[in-house]
Amino acid sequence: MIVSVTVNGEQRSASVFGSESLLVVLRDELRLAGSKNACEEGECGSCSVLLDGRLVCSCLVMAADTDGSTVTTVEGVAGADGSIHRVQQALLEAGATQCGFCTPGFVMAIVDLLEGEPHPGTADIGEALAGNICRCTGYGSIVRAVRRLADSSER
Amino acid sequence: MTAPTTTVQRPPTGVAGGVGTTTGRPDAIPKLSGSFAYPSDLWAEGMLWGATVRSPFARARIGRIDVAPALAVPGVAAALTQEDVPGRKTFGLEHSDQPVLVDREVRFFGEPVALVVGRDEETARRGAAAVVVEFERLEPLTDPEEADRRDEVFRRLRIRRGDPGLHGEVVVEGYYEVGIQDQAPLGPEAGLAVPDGNGGVDLHATSQAVHVDHAQIVASLGLAPDQVRVHPAGMGGAFGAREDLNLHIHLCLLALRTGKPVKMAYRRAESFAGHVHRHPARMWYRHEADRTGRLVRVEARILLDGGAYASSTTAVVANASYFAVGPYRCDAVVVDGVGVRTNNPPCGAMRGFGAVQSCFGYESQMDRLAAALGMDPLELRRRNALGRGDVLATTGQEIDGPLPTIEVIDSVASLPLPDARLDDDPRLLPGGVGLTTPLSAVKRGVGYAVGMKNLAFSEGFDDFAEARVALTPRGATVETAAVEVGQGLVAVLAQIARSALGLSEVTVRTVDTSRLGSAGSTSASRQTQMSGGAVLEAATRLRQRLLDDWEADQLDDVGLWRGEQLIAGLDEVCARGDSVEEVRFRHPPTSLPDDDGQGRVHADFVVAAHRAVVDVDPELGLVRVVSIDTAQDVGLALNPGLVRGQIEGGIMQGLGLALMEELVVDDGVIRNANFTDYLLPTIADAPPVEMVLVEQPGSWGPFGAKGVGEPPTISSTAAIVAAIRDAVGRPLTRVPVRPADIVGL
Amino acid sequence: MDAYLAPGLDEALGFLEEWPGATPLAGGTDLMVDVNAGRVRPDRVLSLRRVPELQDWEDGRIGAGVTWRRLQDAGHSALAQAARTIGSPQIRNAGTIGGNVGTASPAGDGLAFLAAADALIELASANDGRRVPWDEFFVGVKETTRRPDELITALVVPDDIPGRQAFGKVGIRSAMVISIVVCCVLRDNDGATRVALGSVAPTPMRARDAERMISEERRPSAAALDEFARLVAEEVRPITDHRSTAGYRRHAAGVLARRLLERVL
Repeated sequence: MIVSVTVNGEQRSASVFGSESLLVVLRDELRLAGSKNACEEGECGSCSVLLDGRLVCSCLVMAADTDGSTVTTVEGVAGADGSIHRVQQALLEAGATQCGFCTPGFVMAIVDLLEGEPHPGTADIGEALAGNICRCTGYGSIVRAVRRLADSSER
Repeated sequence: MTAPTTTVQRPPTGVAGGVGTTTGRPDAIPKLSGSFAYPSDLWAEGMLWGATVRSPFARARIGRIDVAPALAVPGVAAALTQEDVPGRKTFGLEHSDQPVLVDREVRFFGEPVALVVGRDEETARRGAAAVVVEFERLEPLTDPEEADRRDEVFRRLRIRRGDPGLHGEVVVEGYYEVGIQDQAPLGPEAGLAVPDGNGGVDLHATSQAVHVDHAQIVASLGLAPDQVRVHPAGMGGAFGAREDLNLHIHLCLLALRTGKPVKMAYRRAESFAGHVHRHPARMWYRHEADRTGRLVRVEARILLDGGAYASSTTAVVANASYFAVGPYRCDAVVVDGVGVRTNNPPCGAMRGFGAVQSCFGYESQMDRLAAALGMDPLELRRRNALGRGDVLATTGQEIDGPLPTIEVIDSVASLPLPDARLDDDPRLLPGGVGLTTPLSAVKRGVGYAVGMKNLAFSEGFDDFAEARVALTPRGATVETAAVEVGQGLVAVLAQIARSALGLSEVTVRTVDTSRLGSAGSTSASRQTQMSGGAVLEAATRLRQRLLDDWEADQLDDVGLWRGEQLIAGLDEVCARGDSVEEVRFRHPPTSLPDDDGQGRVHADFVVAAHRAVVDVDPELGLVRVVSIDTAQDVGLALNPGLVRGQIEGGIMQGLGLALMEELVVDDGVIRNANFTDYLLPTIADAPPVEMVLVEQPGSWGPFGAKGVGEPPTISSTAAIVAAIRDAVGRPLTRVPVRPADIVGL
Repeated sequence: MDAYLAPGLDEALGFLEEWPGATPLAGGTDLMVDVNAGRVRPDRVLSLRRVPELQDWEDGRIGAGVTWRRLQDAGHSALAQAARTIGSPQIRNAGTIGGNVGTASPAGDGLAFLAAADALIELASANDGRRVPWDEFFVGVKETTRRPDELITALVVPDDIPGRQAFGKVGIRSAMVISIVVCCVLRDNDGATRVALGSVAPTPMRARDAERMISEERRPSAAALDEFARLVAEEVRPITDHRSTAGYRRHAAGVLARRLLERVL
């Protein structure tokens, strides 16, 4: 079947053969490989996208079920002029990407976190980002980036 | 090309982005934007997908393999078995003992039996599922003690040093176990093989050492070395999991068979079966000291389960045994290390490489000894601390470079302790968001541990790294075949070149196996010292040659100068040609040990100390790590930001081993090959880390730098367990520590 | 594979009447794990994401399609707390209470609250509807009495459940973890107490003996609390698996139940 999805503001259609996930369609059909395939069971958050405005693991979304939906991936968070998002900027400055495989997922989760809670505390950050596993950084640099964003946004 | 023995220099001053600064990394923006390509992201026009048929049993005899049903699946292009391997049927890092595809007998759960290639991933998987394999189940050997008794052994290492009659008045004994930890790099194994149309192939795949892969691939393909090119690809972490081959030869076989590009990407469950793990360990220790706390005698027996194939077990046995006493002086040492062959999952390299296991043993013993002596545990460690001029207790090798054991102990002890007041937010107590634990149920504990390891390869291994540095009209390029696994080597090599050349515009380019000699493996904390050493040597030579040739006295971003006079711009210098230097760098030589395990077997050493503060709920056995602080011997921090990243990340893997990370293996079968049940620490488990970088320039790393990747993982585990013991008073002799162990069930 | 993205409840039920046994898909957080692992290959999927009726949430009747994200704001504090411990924000944004009930995993974190609340599972087919008590609905590990032509449409929480509520979950990690034990304790001002547990039996369960004993105690002594914990530990029927041991689960069930009880005294 063909599903029609608005991805990063663009109307896209994709052939869906079976019960494959949105992640598979994004990566293999639409060639948006920024969403990562680390666990494919919703445990690591590397495939996080916004589906109709809500943060989800795209590996747990059946592609066939997305017809008519709106999806934002990491490729869609940059500014129209190509400038990186302030979340990406903060992660960059904090040195919060090493191997980088988790990074797109963290970008999406932090964007979503700050949308709902601009000034998260330590426990809030832990609770909100616990679904994103990073194996390289030990999270210290990621926490520092989020703290800086929390401090810099207006109260 | 020559072999320099020392590269320690004072960094030239004034160049932007040189050593000692926290520069950004060139791959950061692509990684943040999602455009950085990992092997699982690669794509080629007309490519096919491969899939692997694996054994569901840990041990089985294989009868007939019928691939016809797979070939009948529409879209399947080919199916291969071991008969289709044209060259050597086996591979391996140190011993070529692992079949490319199983011949007669399956020796571990998930071992590859056949390959299927089809038009897309789903087709390939359907094809793989259709292959009929007759397995006759055999009883697996899963008890490492039994394997030892049967002499199913990869290596025994016998270490005897000092007077066998020496004994101490105070004696403590202990038995310790370490479970199987997995590297769990987030990026799964993947690759793309592209046939070159002339019988050869290009491979882009997960790796830690493209030349080491190359040699094994060529042998199994039966091709000439120049027919295969292995390219460094983007790496989603490694931590040791990518030292051994898995899908590499398979991909090349399928590409050569079909004449088309072939891609494979393991799913997570397959990844757990497809790479080696950290060796589980059983360790028996006896420490003897005099009344003043001076270590007199240490005896240890260390048993590592290597699983089904050799991988790097012989070297892991070496590390676990040579560092069995830790960074302490001791006059009489008896160590028997053994790595056995079983039908458990194959084990090999993981960050810390044997030193992690024995550190848990000797640091547990040091705490026991301190208790028996009625002495402060840190004081006991200080009194025995190994330093320059001492000899390593096991091998007798003199420590002829700096080894700031006392300094790391004192530095970590001097860091302020976290607030004694427990947190108001119940989510920050043991149990986390599960809200299991009231404040009144919490006990706090503090524990210390010190760990030691070698740097680079040991025991006479011909360990080298090549690099090429070329002047360009804008600055310089560095070429290397070293694999960037995430640690930031691409940034550090550029910094070294900048400082050595005095040029600020430096680009690092990673090249395939045909373009440059080996950089060796990105492991053993070695690349900063080895590839960094090669870059420093090449850049230094290049600068000196240019100055000599042009009779100049200064090189900078503009060009060559003699005093105030510009002699030639960079473009002009380049136009004259020969502005390239290529270096093969070797570290100081090491040798094999003698029959008593004695000798100069190591090239360099590093030490670190950790202090963990934990809150424990003794009744439920739940732990929250409040903080982990550390002091680490870094030689000289070439990039303090990257060093911090290595330390924080390494500590978190140590925390994982202490509290949650373990492959559950039952009859040789992995029961938790997924991220739901192989638990990795989350951001909610991550404590703050304060650190002191102890800078005593080492004897041969560039500018005195030492490798920093592994020490954070070595003693952090032991420190956390010591802190839990301090809180609850139980012996806790096994990691990961399970809630039931803390409760005492 | 066929997928039907039902626009409304009638259409969904009509589809199930025609294709009984079609795989209902709500948040996908359970189903897709099995699909991705190749354990399940559904032929026919009924997507419920767009069915407005399943989103309804009025007082005690919670539409099956209500996500855990929304339930984090539930008036019942134990339900809100249970919602918070489920997975990650990503999971809570997608996963629904109806899905949790339909999957019927012994480790379903939301189920202990429903058991404590004596909730009813509301089912509908094209031809009829019924409300089934939770303990007649869950019959085994991932086994329920839902008929193939039925949909879970809502969970009904009676109005009169005790207002003093506590929920706790034991897991190895600080967040984002499958439970080793979950427990929900509800207590009335008159002492009537309910204790429900998960991950310690094939289905969510109540510790009835412990309930009877502690309900008699208006101001339980330390000895009574000990006895309560002992009875809970005795009543659970845990197993040893790759996540924990039966012995630890039994012990932790008693400790956790006692602590939660203390929280609502």
